[in-house]
Amino acid sequence: MSQELFVVAYEGDDDSGSLLDYAIARAVKEGAALHIVHVLEWSPYSFLTPQEVEERHARRKEELARAKSAIIDPAVEKVAAAGATATGEIRYGQVVELIVEIATTRAAAMIFVGRSGSNSVAARVFGSVPLGLAQLAPVPTVIVP
Amino acid sequence: MKRATTFAAALAALALNAAPAAAQGIDETINQVFSDYTGWYVGLIFADLPGTNFSWIALWLVVAAVIFTVYFAGIQLRGFGHSIALVKGDYSDPDDAGEVSHFQALATALSGTVGLGNIAGVAVAVGIGGPGATFWMILAGLFGMATKFTECTLGVKYRNEYADGHVSGGPMYYMVKGFKERGLPGGKVLAVIFCIFTILGALGGGNMFQANQAHAQLANVVGDYPGWITGLILAAITFVVIVGGIKSIARVTEKVVPFMGIFYVAVSLVILVMNYDMIGWAFGQIFAGAFTGLGVAGGFTGALIQGFRRAAFSNEAGIGSAAIAHSAVKTKEPVTEGYVALLEPFIDTVVICTMTALVIVITGVLNVDPDTGLYVWDEATGRIATTDGSSGVELTSAAFSSVFSWFPVMLAIAVVLFAFSTMISWSYYGLKAWTYLFGESKGSEVTFKVIFCLFIVIGAAASLGPVIDFSDAMLFSMAIVNIIALYLLMPIVKAELAHYIARLKSGEIRKFR
Repeated sequence: MSQELFVVAYEGDDDSGSLLDYAIARAVKEGAALHIVHVLEWSPYSFLTPQEVEERHARRKEELARAKSAIIDPAVEKVAAAGATATGEIRYGQVVELIVEIATTRAAAMIFVGRSGSNSVAARVFGSVPLGLAQLAPVPTVIVP
Repeated sequence: MKRATTFAAALAALALNAAPAAAQGIDETINQVFSDYTGWYVGLIFADLPGTNFSWIALWLVVAAVIFTVYFAGIQLRGFGHSIALVKGDYSDPDDAGEVSHFQALATALSGTVGLGNIAGVAVAVGIGGPGATFWMILAGLFGMATKFTECTLGVKYRNEYADGHVSGGPMYYMVKGFKERGLPGGKVLAVIFCIFTILGALGGGNMFQANQAHAQLANVVGDYPGWITGLILAAITFVVIVGGIKSIARVTEKVVPFMGIFYVAVSLVILVMNYDMIGWAFGQIFAGAFTGLGVAGGFTGALIQGFRRAAFSNEAGIGSAAIAHSAVKTKEPVTEGYVALLEPFIDTVVICTMTALVIVITGVLNVDPDTGLYVWDEATGRIATTDGSSGVELTSAAFSSVFSWFPVMLAIAVVLFAFSTMISWSYYGLKAWTYLFGESKGSEVTFKVIFCLFIVIGAAASLGPVIDFSDAMLFSMAIVNIIALYLLMPIVKAELAHYIARLKSGEIRKFR
């Protein structure tokens, strides 16, 4: 049987450390590979000023470079140091939508996501990433506190 | 840069002429200075064709729109479905997520055009030209779609892309590069002339007219007060955004403006539904007025000229501004931006302007002689008499408030926001023309932005007449130069379009969803 793949919805902020640690521990135990996904929130329907339109292409390049060097690369290195294999991916769009899509197309065995930590009214009304994944995930999903 | 400083000094001197006059009324002095400096040129632009009372500039725009419509075999009709599919993102590669989408390009370009033209401009047109002006406005809007298609395709095709990823485009670039490609002389000269008009157009229609009408609407709600106060406040906020780079204010505006636009259309629809029995009559007035004038001085040509003028001022087809806005979009296919852009005159003029016109006609704020059924012409003001003597944005406000008394407050907020977002857009168009002439240095950019803010104060303080005429004259001057270039470059667009359609049919360009 081929190696199992776990998808990690990785935000890369201060709280994401415990998520990654847990995912690494599980991957090492199960002999699975990790696919670390960082999503840059982006809507093709948001509104931009002409100046922002002009700068968008350059900004996107910067954002991708920053996400790679500050978030994905360190995470992949951390996994490798722990003795598991990992790949990284940076995408633009809605987090839940993209994690579901990636988990489906890559036939992942499990999804790991951090608890949102937000108790705000907005998060309750409009949902949060873990809530969205709880409703839509195609595979078992672990919400890591 | 030296040229920039000299030009800036000249403009500042013009502005400061108003200063010593504080005691006798800043507003009047500004008006006087304004008329003295610009009157002769305005007269030239709006001169009638010899032996007629039809201004040559209206003919210039409409003939161009008709020629482009015929030349591209009714692209606005046969390409309409494809335009919608592009905006919906059907052809967008998911790997390009994070780049500006077609929807965003359309929304950004629209935020520069949807605004006072749709609210105040239509009221001016209907007030002077009668309901019939609406017919000509819609027609001009429909034909104008082909003009937008042409200019925006060229804008993307001939833009400059720089190593750091930013892009600069617009008519000045297609004039130079496109002419060179076709072996035509004079591209550089045309580009420089276009840029001068664009800078003045940005300061006029894209700035003073906006500030002026924003003040008129605020004064209408809170009571009369000096225009320069509104001007100073608007100038300060704009300064913070365009010079200080405080994007949060612009971002809030960009979010509120589309909401306001939708709200405006929704309220119009509610008024129309409430008076559903009069919609047929209103369209009857629009059609009858289009050919007879219904008592309007100038008759059918009066209606036609007002309709065409306002359509052009509102949707900016042929002016060249949209070509600047769209060229900043990262896309592999220039023609796709043309397709997207052709929706702008449709949304702006055919949908939103028509709403305003219908509400003004249906609510009966224009005085009708009960015996003849014709509109009552007020010789003194040169427009149709209205129930409360108002015109421009105040007439629109009166029409809406005859149904919803709270509307003027809502409209005042909308007008100020629309004015502000249009000013932000035009500050960008003006800046692009400015940096084309004076170089893309930081100092040159700040010089233009400061001048731009100065003109907001002047615009808010001046009275409607000289400002609106100057605004129109500058925008139409841009159109003179731009359309000459469009005629000479349209074969390139045709080849581009044929190539695109062939690949669309062969499946090389495919849908992603």
